Amino acid sequence: MISLTGISRVFTVGDEQVYGLRDVDLEITTGEYVSIMGPSGSGKSTLLNMIGLLDKADSGRYLLEGEDMTGLDDSRQADLRRHKIGFIFQFFHLVPRMSAAENIELPMILAGLPSSERKKRVQGAIEAFGLTNRARHRPDELSGGQRQRVAIARATIMRPHILLADEPTGNLDRVSGKEVIDILEDLNRQQITLLMVTHDPELGRRAKRQIHMVDGRIESDVAQGPFREKEPKKNHEAN
Amino acid sequence: MLIRDICRLSFSALVDQRLRSFLTILGIAVGIASVVLLTSIGEGVQRFAVAEFTQFGTNLIGINPGKATTLGTSGAIINNVRPLSIADEEALRRIPGVINTVSVLQGNGPVEFAKRSRRTTILGVGPSAADVWQIKVVKGRFLPEDDSQAARSFVVLGSRVKKELFRDANPLGQIIRVAGERYRVVGVMESKGQMLGFDLDDAVYIPTVRAMSLFNQQSLMEIDILYRSGLQSKTIAEKVRKMLKSIHGAEDFTITTQEEMLQVLGSVLGVLTLAVGGLGGISLLVGGVGIITIMTIAVNERTPEIGLLRAIGADRGQILLLFIGEAVVLAGIGGMLGLLVGAGTAWILGELVPGLPTYTPWSYALYAELMAAGIGLLAGVLPARHAAGLNPVDAIRAE
Repeated sequence: MISLTGISRVFTVGDEQVYGLRDVDLEITTGEYVSIMGPSGSGKSTLLNMIGLLDKADSGRYLLEGEDMTGLDDSRQADLRRHKIGFIFQFFHLVPRMSAAENIELPMILAGLPSSERKKRVQGAIEAFGLTNRARHRPDELSGGQRQRVAIARATIMRPHILLADEPTGNLDRVSGKEVIDILEDLNRQQITLLMVTHDPELGRRAKRQIHMVDGRIESDVAQGPFREKEPKKNHEAN
Repeated sequence: MLIRDICRLSFSALVDQRLRSFLTILGIAVGIASVVLLTSIGEGVQRFAVAEFTQFGTNLIGINPGKATTLGTSGAIINNVRPLSIADEEALRRIPGVINTVSVLQGNGPVEFAKRSRRTTILGVGPSAADVWQIKVVKGRFLPEDDSQAARSFVVLGSRVKKELFRDANPLGQIIRVAGERYRVVGVMESKGQMLGFDLDDAVYIPTVRAMSLFNQQSLMEIDILYRSGLQSKTIAEKVRKMLKSIHGAEDFTITTQEEMLQVLGSVLGVLTLAVGGLGGISLLVGGVGIITIMTIAVNERTPEIGLLRAIGADRGQILLLFIGEAVVLAGIGGMLGLLVGAGTAWILGELVPGLPTYTPWSYALYAELMAAGIGLLAGVLPARHAAGLNPVDAIRAE
């Protein structure tokens, strides 16, 4: 479903060229649960943005559901982001002047869905994420956990195939964090491919497949059985 | 993305920054208001002036004795200007295309009735003056078609003179004294108001030949010619020139056509309106700069939001539309407000200051609104392009 071959991304910082990604090869199939870990600046987020079509590789090939993403123009990229990809961020990134319901509605507005369909879907999402009595509240009137739930509702409202989460619990307390992870894993069980960048090794270990990055390279790529297993099988995937 | 949603999103962003949006709107409103107000005054003055000039009809040509030229000889020049005579007038009347002519001689003198006396303008005119100048007679009739060399001593009163001398009494048939001579009142003119400081109501009309002898004048002061509408004023003026030259032997007269005067007047006043409108335009420009400033600030403040919108599926075009939409909504509301204030002020000014005619053509209102929207569009493009061009990854991380 996601297939990266020899992907590199170079940033120019001052006079220097810094590699965000170096020759990354990666295959992810539909419905996988992948955690991406590594120190700061190791290219985790760059990889996520690349897969999410927010960033473009300088070299290499990226196939999404068999379609070549390398040479796409801006509007086609935006269209794919809209329909196939959902983003979740550490700092939620809700629009502060809009209510929870309006934030959830936003992707559908960009997609040009008719108002009646939007209302129906928003209502469904609000109930599903337990936000029924917070729908009219603005983000600053919501707790961190509620905010992230709004963000997840927004990311999934267009029914994407892939969910990209960049430190989704990084700004939450343990209880809210656990809640958010439960929601994400529940979505994963409904066959949404889940990619999660995290600093937290404990969180990372929950994923069935764990990728460690260092200096823009994939250092290890480990698949293990269902989580809660105490002794993970070292099962390197070579793609 | 639906247009309705673009408007709604733009509007909600503007409402969120109420004070800032209000001040920006105010800037545009002041600009549009000043353009509307100043052009309203300009247009009002123009209409007023044209109406003043055309109240005696538009198909008029005036002929005055003398020619405004400077000759190359120094010292005393023998004045060989021939007077304009009633015979000239009768010759001119025979030119094809000429409907009517009026001979004019103007003087000043006392008009007396009973114990009342008033010093007023005495106009010696031909019997067709009322028709040519389009002044109506409200009582009685105008001067009769007498033999032009021996007209009877009848007088027609201007409305003011009638009021001063007779109050509410019926003046018809009464004998009054005009500069000492006895005249019988045959009619009263309608009130026509002032024209360039000359009060037609404060005047009496007597036959030309009588005025000539009264003031001991050999020459008429003016001959007015009314020509058939549809004819070129130039061709008629040329025929008049030829005929008078053949009678006088030289061009010792000046021809002024109403059309020429109107054209000159119209273009002068048009430039004036444009100029005052331009002055208003400067404040509109300042309002436009205000929009650029506020939109630039908004884009900077909302950079993470722009990044987010990109992440959830907005392409560059949509970001561009959203921010241009905000600028256009700002300018549009400002334009509407300015239009109301401008047109309202013009109307109030027109009502309060009778001497200041104002007129707001509705086409101007439309132009003003379009201009405001256009300015919003122009002012919005630069910041919106910046917003659309932002790298989504950098934008979303921006603080």
